[in-house]
Amino acid sequence: MLAWTIYISFLGALVLLLLPSRSAALVRVVALATTLVTFAITLTAFLQHRSGEMFTVVDHPWISSMGIHFSLKADGISLTLLLLTGVIGVCGVLFSWNIDHRIKEFFAFYLVLIGAVYGVFLSFDLFLLFVFYEIVVIPKYFLIAIWGSTRREYAAMKLVLYSFIGSAMVLVGLIAAYVVAGSKSMSLGDLAGYHYSPHFQMWAFPLVFVGFGVLAGLWPFHTWAPTGHVAAPTAASMLLAGVVMKLGAYGCLRVAMTLFPLGLAPWGFHVLGLGSWRDVFAVLAVIGILYGALVALVQKDFKFVIGYSSISHMGFILLGLMTLNQIGLSGAVVQMVSHGILAGLLFGVVGRMVYSRTHTRDLPALGPMHLSKLLPFAAFTFVIAGMASMGLPGFSGFAAELMILIGVWHSYPTLIFFVGIGLIAGVAYIWRAMQQAFFSGSSAIVVQPEHPLPPITFPEKLGAGILICSSVIVGTFPQVFLNVIHPALNSPLFQGLRNGGW
Amino acid sequence: MNVINYGQLLQLAWPEIIVTVAALIALAADLLFFRRSPLRTRFLVAASIASLGCIAAIYKLLPGSSEGAVLGGVFLSNPATHLVQIALLVIAILTLFLSLDSTFTDHVGEFVLLILLATTGMMFLVASQDLLVIFISLELLSLSVYILAGFDKRSPRSAEAALKYFLFGGMSAAFMLFGFSLLYGFSNSTNLVQIGSAIQAVPLNPLVILAIVTTVVGFGFKIAAAPFHFWAPDVYQGAPTPSAAFIASGSKVASFFIFFQVLAIGFAGAEGSATLHHFQSGWVPVIVTVAVASMLLGNLVAITQTSLRRLLAYSAVAHAGYMLLAYVAHSEQSLAALLYYVATYALATLGIFGILTVTEKQLGSDKISDLAGLSRRAPFLSACLFIFVLSLAGIPPLSGFFAKFLLFTAVLAVSSGSKLLIGLIIFAIGMSAVSLYYYLRVLKTAFVSDPPTDAAPIQSPVLLKLVVGLLAAGVVALGCAPDLILNQILKVIHASGL
Amino acid sequence: MEGTGMTETMNSFPWLTILTLVPIVGALAVLAMGGRNKSLVRWTALAFSAISLLITLVLWHSFNSAADGFQFQELHAWIPSLNVSYRVGIDGLGLLMLLLTSIVVPIGMLASWQIEERVPLYFALVLMLQTCLVGTFTALNFFHWFIFWELALIPAFFLVRLWGGSGSAKAAMQFLVYTMVGSVAMLLSFLAIFLSTNTFDFSEIATMGQNGTLMPAVVAKLGWHLLTPEHVALVIFFGAFLGFAVKVPLFPFHTWLPSTYAEAPSGTTILLTGAMSKMGVYGFLRILLPIFSPEMQKVLNLLLWLAVATVVLSAYTAMAQKDLKRIFAYSSINHLGYCLLAIFAVAKYTGGDAALTTQKFAAMNGVFLQMFNHGLTAATLFWFIAMLEKRTGGVRGLDDFGGLRKVIPVFTGLMGIALFSSLGLPGLNGFIGEFLIFKGSFPLVTWATSLSVIGLLITAIFILGVIQRVFSGPLKEKWAQLPDLTLGERLTLVPVIGFMFALGLYPQLILGVVNHTAIQMAIHLRNF
Repeated sequence: MLAWTIYISFLGALVLLLLPSRSAALVRVVALATTLVTFAITLTAFLQHRSGEMFTVVDHPWISSMGIHFSLKADGISLTLLLLTGVIGVCGVLFSWNIDHRIKEFFAFYLVLIGAVYGVFLSFDLFLLFVFYEIVVIPKYFLIAIWGSTRREYAAMKLVLYSFIGSAMVLVGLIAAYVVAGSKSMSLGDLAGYHYSPHFQMWAFPLVFVGFGVLAGLWPFHTWAPTGHVAAPTAASMLLAGVVMKLGAYGCLRVAMTLFPLGLAPWGFHVLGLGSWRDVFAVLAVIGILYGALVALVQKDFKFVIGYSSISHMGFILLGLMTLNQIGLSGAVVQMVSHGILAGLLFGVVGRMVYSRTHTRDLPALGPMHLSKLLPFAAFTFVIAGMASMGLPGFSGFAAELMILIGVWHSYPTLIFFVGIGLIAGVAYIWRAMQQAFFSGSSAIVVQPEHPLPPITFPEKLGAGILICSSVIVGTFPQVFLNVIHPALNSPLFQGLRNGGW
Repeated sequence: MNVINYGQLLQLAWPEIIVTVAALIALAADLLFFRRSPLRTRFLVAASIASLGCIAAIYKLLPGSSEGAVLGGVFLSNPATHLVQIALLVIAILTLFLSLDSTFTDHVGEFVLLILLATTGMMFLVASQDLLVIFISLELLSLSVYILAGFDKRSPRSAEAALKYFLFGGMSAAFMLFGFSLLYGFSNSTNLVQIGSAIQAVPLNPLVILAIVTTVVGFGFKIAAAPFHFWAPDVYQGAPTPSAAFIASGSKVASFFIFFQVLAIGFAGAEGSATLHHFQSGWVPVIVTVAVASMLLGNLVAITQTSLRRLLAYSAVAHAGYMLLAYVAHSEQSLAALLYYVATYALATLGIFGILTVTEKQLGSDKISDLAGLSRRAPFLSACLFIFVLSLAGIPPLSGFFAKFLLFTAVLAVSSGSKLLIGLIIFAIGMSAVSLYYYLRVLKTAFVSDPPTDAAPIQSPVLLKLVVGLLAAGVVALGCAPDLILNQILKVIHASGL
Repeated sequence: MEGTGMTETMNSFPWLTILTLVPIVGALAVLAMGGRNKSLVRWTALAFSAISLLITLVLWHSFNSAADGFQFQELHAWIPSLNVSYRVGIDGLGLLMLLLTSIVVPIGMLASWQIEERVPLYFALVLMLQTCLVGTFTALNFFHWFIFWELALIPAFFLVRLWGGSGSAKAAMQFLVYTMVGSVAMLLSFLAIFLSTNTFDFSEIATMGQNGTLMPAVVAKLGWHLLTPEHVALVIFFGAFLGFAVKVPLFPFHTWLPSTYAEAPSGTTILLTGAMSKMGVYGFLRILLPIFSPEMQKVLNLLLWLAVATVVLSAYTAMAQKDLKRIFAYSSINHLGYCLLAIFAVAKYTGGDAALTTQKFAAMNGVFLQMFNHGLTAATLFWFIAMLEKRTGGVRGLDDFGGLRKVIPVFTGLMGIALFSSLGLPGLNGFIGEFLIFKGSFPLVTWATSLSVIGLLITAIFILGVIQRVFSGPLKEKWAQLPDLTLGERLTLVPVIGFMFALGLYPQLILGVVNHTAIQMAIHLRNF
């Protein structure tokens, strides 16, 4: 059943391309219907498979001469992320309701992107996973280059080239793993069970991890992200920051860490106080947290604040992955969901509610407009999203960060202090941006925007509402997700990781 | 003394004979009956006759047809050669269809004849393991395509292209012949297998080394590998579109295959190794050098191109570089990868040239910037362009990606930890990333940039759209279900004992 | 430690959850009403807070003051993987705080009656703040306690920011950042504790703290090889301490308070000083003291110095202020400083000495009373200031007035009573708390108590100064027409003032309920 999420998305894209160009409403409806159907499928699957164990969705031989199968499977982690994709997919369409330039192609690229993302989360055969991972790259380019804003062509090219280089690194690692294991099978289960030599794992692991890490915003390979997200149109930013960056983190967990767990083992010697790849990536993650937060603190462009905040939040995910204990890893997965929702919300407010109306993202310019009076719903949504983003309890961010922090206490107590600074900086930049954009300016200076700002439309409210509710649900009932994530982490797939870890 | 069994030769060479006869019939028909008909009709008739001949030849080559060898290798007929020959014939048919709307020449019959003669040359080329026959077939192919390149008498560019091609080609043929004579002198035979065993029997002889270099020069020219590629940009740009398409696709398929045979069989034992610590001279290090040079030069220079045809030429150099990696591995699996790669590459190239026939006619030039807004002016063609360009760039689920994947896997499978090979793969993948940049630029112009304000939709003939669409469908299908031809390729290679 | 509470019927009815939810329902109702009928909005909000007061009184009445442990408990599993349960319950302290909250919030609302801008939002935020306060005072599991603790910042921030004075942006930001730094530190400490003990439940952690098993577990689990075990324990303690110290506030973490209190609209200041500041002291009592008393004993002298500094320096600064609100802002710091002095005194190691233990009981009772009384008094004082501002159009400088008793005698009289209560005059409610604190602390920490007496003296000075400068002396011309208290104001003020007298003369009203809890708390502290 879950495989239909992929097929329906691609089918939807095809249908859209064949529709007559004149009926904009029909295009939007078709796009929304497609995303709703796929969301319904993911929700049903999530509710049905409560045990969190891995189950097969589809398994056909595909390229038999190479042992490649068209193999789709899902476990608790995949189900959670599929659900996230479903929600963001729907909300992205809602936030793009106002696009009127080449609508067909926009939603067609959008649906292809979503279909490919579903594919990555469902793939169990590494070749298939890579195919879907690469398919994600091309729609991103066109979405940004055609419908984007600031320096869009440069940003799109940079984003695509970085992504491609990252996936090139992954490809090398995957082919190496496949060949060393005897060129018999590309199934994740088979390759994860194969005992690669420690020497091999020691170079394959960082290669593949960094390859996926590029897409996940690992510092210092993150520079594509702020430029790219700022240039992208709102729905694309939501997808990019919300879901596509999670593909990278998911790849780190699902592929790099399961195939080459020994790559995380200590080297036996120390360089600058770091004794293993695990240490290296943990430190890089913390640097990412701090860097993202501190740079966000000084931005003048509203969207750049959110762009850098994504780097900071992804740093939490990567740090959680490196804790190598159950609570840290589950925290990382929950943070993937949480940040996905919140990034969607934040970009939705900044891009759709504010920018498309005021046509400026310059914080000092927005202040005198007194947006809290002109666009109260936008202000309210941003407050909620900002609070959730900075980890206010009751929302998804807190639940996730709580678990990650507990995991970090266990594995890297010395880093806790820096993470704490990151948390505080997180509060600071959100509130600064919020202040300056919505609540700033004395009553003396009021700048009237040239045209009266159109009110917030129903699709925007609906989208924002869905996302806020999702964040609250994850924040107050994380157990629902932990129930499926824990069995997944305890499955045989992660055996190698557990031997070294928890 | 070996006696040629002419009966057997006739039996085995039926396909080539059919093709030649069809060519002659087409020429005769055109000259005798259709001199005064409109150009399109003439092309239609000649192409139909020629295609029928090719189809008949394909039929003759289908699995289950006779196999054998004449004179122990002068002319081979085994499943592998059949497969390659079928591919060549298909390419010839497609080229003929692409040429249907040409207006660059009145000499229709001659044009079709030359294409089919070139095809015949290629068919003999891939079916031989004898140096002399290889050389002769190569010359048949080369001379035909030289003329094809210069066929547009009204264009100075075309004449320049043909001249450059001829001069380069002539020189490299001389090199190759010289090398072949050295090999004959060394082994007292023109048969590849015997030469191979002679080379293996003794430690590496300077004569053999010289022969390796000259052979690489000769074939390197044909496959447009750096630094023997200098003809390619001018020929790709100057030659009339069907000729350029044919040169870019057909002659590549044949040349890569026979080059592999010559190196793997003829120079067996002289491979040498390319590892950094235990260096041994042989042809592998030479190939590695040429491959690296091609990938580097092809990709980097392609970035600066403003003409789509020249960009294709340099990208052809780059692709030659990737394909040369298969030689470094010289295994069954890598030959299969090579064949898959070159076949799908040919499809994509044909497709792009097909699109170019339309756009150049309507827009007047082959500049990339003229393609601005193509997606709105010719949606179907630009969708196909999208597929072809991304396949060349190596994006899944298209065939170009799988070809690269197959190739890299085959190379890594024999690497057994050799750092150089792994480094080569990493370099190749890195260069692929570079190539994505310029390929995306083409697509950007077509899809992102806005068309000029007075732009009208571009009309294209239905038959052309059909052909281009078929090619695009083929590229997608081969990417999503490579087993369609991969299993066949592996089977025939294994069966032919290569 | 765990009591069984009262009769079965009381346990099964979720009083506390209802009490938590009533204000938030009110907030939603008020927001839904919209801004057209402001008067209706105000009365609705007041009605909801009245309902909360009613429920609290019911609880007060049903409370068994002789029972150990927590009453009206509710327990539900919430996140089993993290061992988080929804557990609420109250003892004497909690009940007292609930009562304080349900009195202070209506006062705050009444003081905000004249706000005209975005009225529904204002009252909704106030009600939201009430929910958070109730949640904090009833939660027994760190997880949802922390949720309410943090969530309270949001309405507070917006109340200050959107309706505050000209410096409100800076003040609100400072308030937020300070509190967040403290909260983050506290969170990190508790996560370390969770890692070591696998529980977030306050009672369980407190038991471990008092058994002496907590810190060894933490040290073992953290494996922090750079520091000695004692230092690790102190670091964890400091994190939690910081969170509460910022909230109370304790010197030197108090610098956010004066501007915030001054810039906030007076109705909000009532909430801040009347209820929110008590969250900090409550945190010290409920969380810090039971869990970390060994660590507190190690750094006791430092803590006492900080408390003394808080008491003395804030009083001194209050004396130098010219803005009425700032004077009482610093005065709040001063009054709560006494609470902390007593708490630190109680934390002191006495080795089971019976006499000293009795003093500890007294000190504890004093803390409870002081919390309640200060809340009540400070709220009333700021209410008066709000009424004054309404009449004078926002003017509230000390030197702007003079001789007001001639023009507004009733106002003067009633405010005078409140001022004297703040001063600590016997017979009014402010006295008894301070008396018990000093009585209990003196034998325990003599030097600190002695120094703190200075604070009492200075307080007397500046309060009398306020009375003199505002109410007596020559009258300025522009105030000659100042209207006195209206009937409505009188009707609402008199019960409050009356309550002050009642408490002053008969403190048993409260002591009867909380005494047992105070004694229990003091007994269970770790004395080794």
